[in-house]
Amino acid sequence: MAVSGLLGLRLERRANASRAMLLVTPPLAVLLTVLSGAVLFAALGFDPVKALMSYFVAPISTRYGIGELAVKATPLAMIGIGLALGFRGNVWNIGAEGQLTLGAICAGGLALAFHGQEGPWLLPLMMLAGAAGGLAYGAIPAWLRTRFNANEILTSLMLTYVGTLLLSYLVTGPWKDPDGFNFPESRLFNDAALLPIILDGTRMHLGAPLALLAVVVGWVIVARTLIGFQIKVVGLTPIAAGYAGFSQARTIWFTLLLSGGLAGLAGAIEVAGPIGQLQPSISPGYGFTAIIVAFLGRLHPVGVLLAALLMALSYLGGEHAQIELGLPLALTGVFQGMLLFFLLASDFLVHYRLRRVAPPGVRAARGRVGEARRRWTSFP
Amino acid sequence: MSAKPGMNGSSGAHPRLILRGITKRYPGVLANDRIDLTLGAGEIHALLGENGAGKSTLVQIVYGVVRADAGRILWNGAAVTVDGPAGARALGIGMVFQHFSLFESLTVAENVALGLDPKSEAGARDMAALSARIAEVSARYGLTLDPEARVFDLSVGERQRVEIVRCLLQDPSLLIMDEPTSVLTPQEADQLFETLRRLAAEGRTILYISHKLDEIRRLCDSATILRGGRVVATCDPRTETAPSLARLMIGEEVRATRKETAGAKPRMDELLRVEGLSMKATNPLGTPLHDVRLRLREGEILGIAGVAGNGQNTLLAALSGELPAPRADAIRFEGVSIGLEGARARRDRGINFVPEDRLGHGAVADLSLADNALLSGWRRWSLVRRGLVSFARSRERAEQVVARFSVAAPGAHAAARSLSGGNLQKFIIGREIMQRPRLLIAAHPTWGVDAGAAAAIHKALIELAASGAGVIVVSQDLDELFTLADRVAVICAGRLSASRPAHEVTAEDVGLMMGGLFDAAIAKGGGVPSETGDTRDGG
Repeated sequence: MAVSGLLGLRLERRANASRAMLLVTPPLAVLLTVLSGAVLFAALGFDPVKALMSYFVAPISTRYGIGELAVKATPLAMIGIGLALGFRGNVWNIGAEGQLTLGAICAGGLALAFHGQEGPWLLPLMMLAGAAGGLAYGAIPAWLRTRFNANEILTSLMLTYVGTLLLSYLVTGPWKDPDGFNFPESRLFNDAALLPIILDGTRMHLGAPLALLAVVVGWVIVARTLIGFQIKVVGLTPIAAGYAGFSQARTIWFTLLLSGGLAGLAGAIEVAGPIGQLQPSISPGYGFTAIIVAFLGRLHPVGVLLAALLMALSYLGGEHAQIELGLPLALTGVFQGMLLFFLLASDFLVHYRLRRVAPPGVRAARGRVGEARRRWTSFP
Repeated sequence: MSAKPGMNGSSGAHPRLILRGITKRYPGVLANDRIDLTLGAGEIHALLGENGAGKSTLVQIVYGVVRADAGRILWNGAAVTVDGPAGARALGIGMVFQHFSLFESLTVAENVALGLDPKSEAGARDMAALSARIAEVSARYGLTLDPEARVFDLSVGERQRVEIVRCLLQDPSLLIMDEPTSVLTPQEADQLFETLRRLAAEGRTILYISHKLDEIRRLCDSATILRGGRVVATCDPRTETAPSLARLMIGEEVRATRKETAGAKPRMDELLRVEGLSMKATNPLGTPLHDVRLRLREGEILGIAGVAGNGQNTLLAALSGELPAPRADAIRFEGVSIGLEGARARRDRGINFVPEDRLGHGAVADLSLADNALLSGWRRWSLVRRGLVSFARSRERAEQVVARFSVAAPGAHAAARSLSGGNLQKFIIGREIMQRPRLLIAAHPTWGVDAGAAAAIHKALIELAASGAGVIVVSQDLDELFTLADRVAVICAGRLSASRPAHEVTAEDVGLMMGGLFDAAIAKGGGVPSETGDTRDGG
């Protein structure tokens, strides 16, 4: 309140937040991002229209480009679905990047272990191993939260760095390609350990339909199942959940295992799909970007799918702008950041409004009355 | 700081505070009806009344939180308007709230500094000087307190001292204490009384809000008793007896019992038996339970009276299973030990619960009535098959509740938050009753509900009992309890009195027990604090 008072403005909670507005804000945030992007390009000395075309349209104007969009949207949608379910229940898994890494390690380790003796059973096994790896990694913050009440935001985030360092150790040590001239990479996977391409002339692979399947399953969980209802109630009103006999611990376990498993599967898909080997870095931050995807998609599976496509486009646009316009790749981060900023800001203004307030003296008195009122309202 | 508004000089000429004809109306209720009150210098004056008698509204008006619709406030003989708590403090009125507002991670001195106005209080920024002042004030009034201690290390009684010292640094000539002993052990309460007497001896006036009869008789020079927003008596509590005060507080009118033949009911099977139930509260400020025992037969309605905050919430959580008991055999239902079972398992047995909080406990505000029917009824109504929810059947059930209990709602799709309090209450009670419970536990079933809806709810509860189910009603409304209950028990400071047939109990008995004066059998515990410690460790 003190900060907002500086400009003679005050934030007030709106009595009724409009539901319609909550659906309008994501497109509005996209629009504002595009407009700010135009200003940014103009300030850098580019023709804004041309630059925006090069960022948002050119990358998907070819068949290959569409394939790339699917390649990038696949892990984002898959992880975003899991995170969105958790966020609905106030379970904040911020460590999807680490769970993705563990999934990649488990799937990749399997591919390396069976190098030279593959069969059609290998690929499904790798997918299962990836999901299991991510799930087990998600189980750690779930256990810490339910056993010690340790904040899962911190534990899952910190475990991400453990995961990436473990991968670095493996590819620079035991799993390094023996014929790889000492590069920190594993050997390339054999064909039997690679996901088949499903669109000729592109890199679109079998992971894309798997991601769509995750979206459908996510939708069924949210809209039709008891566990989906349970997550919603725990997220909205934990006390009412206790009343209904819904266990909060169960919700934490379910959502962290599910989002961890999906992130691990996404990691397996990455190494068995576009990458084809283990490298020190296997993801350009998909696990973190998926957080934006979940919120941009309003925590709804269909919204998550659309948001994943949009964020995938921002990756492609960044790469394209780097080549065409000679702009640094950090541009991707700028666009993703602006998008999240505008989304959160417009969300906030749906729930709150700015009000001009009276001069400081009166305001201080009013603040105290408010404080005293709050005390009184807790009076039985 | 040295100028003490009306501290000494004016005390002879005018009473410190005079209220004349204070009236405050809230929608549907006259909270204060032409209240007159006179407080002299050096007086410890009790404001006594049941919950809802208008005590809170009156002191809110004096402290400037609420503005009266009519009436005059004279401060040291001069008419004043109190513009908010800051204005009240400027006049010399201080208040210690029942709920503290302290930052746990800060020290005592830091907490006090935060409460001071940096412009007018010279010492507010000089922590060393402030600590010295705190030490001085606490020594002078016997409020042992270390200025450098962190608040999270302090007991509840010590935290209250921080609040009192914070008030005293403003040098108030009127100190309002809102139910100060509700969170204190008897020893802490004794210390507090000592402090208050010293303050009064200096000429400060104390307005002491309470419903505990014995402590008012020990501490206060005079008492004003409120009932239904009106002053019903002003008296000297030292010359009154506890029963006479209780009668004044609760009213003498004879309360009609539900049925004259209440005692002649055929003896039915025992449904619920609670024995030796001692447990900690859900939160640190809650009241723990001590050796609670109760029995309930089929077809019987047990009323539990008591002033809020005496352990009702802990007892309700223990009975509903939201906070399982420490031992399985502490709660037996139909002969089975269920103490350790959670809310879901107990609901499966047919134990349904109507919590005090409608929005946020008994219902989820943002969800539809259909979803809220699912919330508690998904097991008993089999609304879920193989993990999949049947929303159609949930809607059907919600519509049945709406129709049978005449809930004014546009339909099952309406969000719970869109309903008025009374209608939501009807929906929640209806939802629980229509699940055909074996035992229904209802907290404050008609609190804030209009008369028509209240009658409908009472009728439904009586019908439920007539069908053979057991009903426990926890309420502060004695009229309600006497209307509904076959037997009445009283909860006070986490102890439950023995229950007695409603037609044998008078309002006076209940009033006495609400003030903590249980019959010999219950009061025998004697050394309350040491026993408290034992049971807590044991539980």
